[in-house]
Amino acid sequence: MLRIEGLTKRYRTGDLALEGVDLEVPAGQVMGLIGPSGAGKSTLIRCINRLVEPSAGRVFLGGAEVTGLGRAQLRAMRRRMGMIFQEFALVERLTVMENVLSGRLGYVPFWRSLSRRFPPEDVTKAYRTLDRVGLIDHVDKRADALSGGQRQRVGIARALVQDPDILLIDEPTASLDPKTSRQIMRLIGEICSERGLAAIVNIHDVGLAQMFLQRIVGLRHGKVVFDGPAEALKPDVLTQIYGEEDWTRSIRDDEEDGDAARADRKHGDHAAEPERERLAGLT
Amino acid sequence: MPVAHAADGRVAWRRRTPRQDLLRWFGWFLLVALTVFCWQVMTQDTIWSFVADAPTQAADIGQRMVPPRWEYMDRLWWPLWDTINIATLGTALAVVLGVPVAFLAARNTTPSATFVRPLALLVIVSSRSINALIWALLLVTILGPGVLAGIVAIALRSIGFVAKLLYEAIEEIDQAQVEAVTATGASPAQVMDYAMVPQILPAFAGITVFRWDINIRESSVVGLVGAGGLGLQLESSLNVLAWPQVSLILLVVLATVLLSEWVSAKVRHAII
Repeated sequence: MLRIEGLTKRYRTGDLALEGVDLEVPAGQVMGLIGPSGAGKSTLIRCINRLVEPSAGRVFLGGAEVTGLGRAQLRAMRRRMGMIFQEFALVERLTVMENVLSGRLGYVPFWRSLSRRFPPEDVTKAYRTLDRVGLIDHVDKRADALSGGQRQRVGIARALVQDPDILLIDEPTASLDPKTSRQIMRLIGEICSERGLAAIVNIHDVGLAQMFLQRIVGLRHGKVVFDGPAEALKPDVLTQIYGEEDWTRSIRDDEEDGDAARADRKHGDHAAEPERERLAGLT
Repeated sequence: MPVAHAADGRVAWRRRTPRQDLLRWFGWFLLVALTVFCWQVMTQDTIWSFVADAPTQAADIGQRMVPPRWEYMDRLWWPLWDTINIATLGTALAVVLGVPVAFLAARNTTPSATFVRPLALLVIVSSRSINALIWALLLVTILGPGVLAGIVAIALRSIGFVAKLLYEAIEEIDQAQVEAVTATGASPAQVMDYAMVPQILPAFAGITVFRWDINIRESSVVGLVGAGGLGLQLESSLNVLAWPQVSLILLVVLATVLLSEWVSAKVRHAII
């Protein structure tokens, strides 16, 4: 689905953010990208949709080369890549609906988008997506009236209405509390498997990454230093990615799913939990 | 932050070193000295007998001004209407011309930071550096006396104001929102419509209403040089020393300004 070859980015300041990154993400795979701050995670996903222009290397999406496209073709290509942001990056003064419909801008001519007269199919799609992420009651609210978790759901909906082939997700949980973080990660996982979407998720929380992602790629100083299944993340690997530290407590324990999961168990009722948790904080 | 270790082991902290303290006192001393000197220069040519006379003179004019000649109001309604129109149309024209200039001047939207931006900044500076009254003076000779000269004068003076404040607002927008909309595959025009305009709209409304409010005052003055409105009446009244009329005009101006301030406060409150 996504193939990256020798991707290198040197900023004008001279900082080498990425150095010859080779990576392949097959269709339907949700891949986690971990690494210390400044390792180049954000640069990497921004080089894929060319919000940041790579200095060298090539990016292919479904066989088509993204690097080297002209402006209009690049815009058409960006429609196939949904992006979700750390601080949500919603347009605060627009309504939830306008934010979600902005995901369709690549498909709609300027005059239609200016008068907010989107094609009926787009509106239906937006409603369906908002329903899926659990925000159907908040359609007409302004984005700045929502809570963090709700905003990220709007961000997810905006990316989904693009009908993307891949999601580029930049620290989706960094501004959220632990519980909401899990809900959001779970939602992303569910949606990707429902739609067979591939995704790259930049994430800081190693425990969360292990809980929801199958494959982890570790980035350090702009180079891939680890690529393997989540279970293979052992202290020595983390040391390789992040540097020396006592890692035993940040790695997921197979017997216990971490603090929140323990708390869940106390409540009993296992089956209803995910659904309830998914909708918690929305009312 | 000088830190001194006393003999008993305690640490003394002060905001500045003694040297910095001394320099600061010296700076204040210079400022006071300069003020005294300037006062002397300023009052060199003052004829003190005139100043001593001032209260009597002021009282005299004040006496002549009251009561205002209320009947004169009949002849003020039309100029008053002109004044409001000059301000409103002038502001509208300034907004139409100033908004593109602002986008050309803002670092994050200018098409070229080396060529276009300095030009846009030049437009802003030259518009701001010339007072509306002087613009009016020039325009009355070019366009002839009347309301049109007033409108254009007000507009020319306001372009810089509107463009400067607006481009500062544009430069302060949250770039993440722009990035997010760009990432959907939107065209530059759509990015502007969806990511930028919503962010600058409150600033835009505030700036426009604020400038309109200022322009109400300015437009009551441009008539002094023949550019229409209340100023025209003011000038003719002053020329014939018709003080009761002057006081009435000043009252009308005061009332108009109060009204415009009330309106602009309401509008700003409603939008933000």
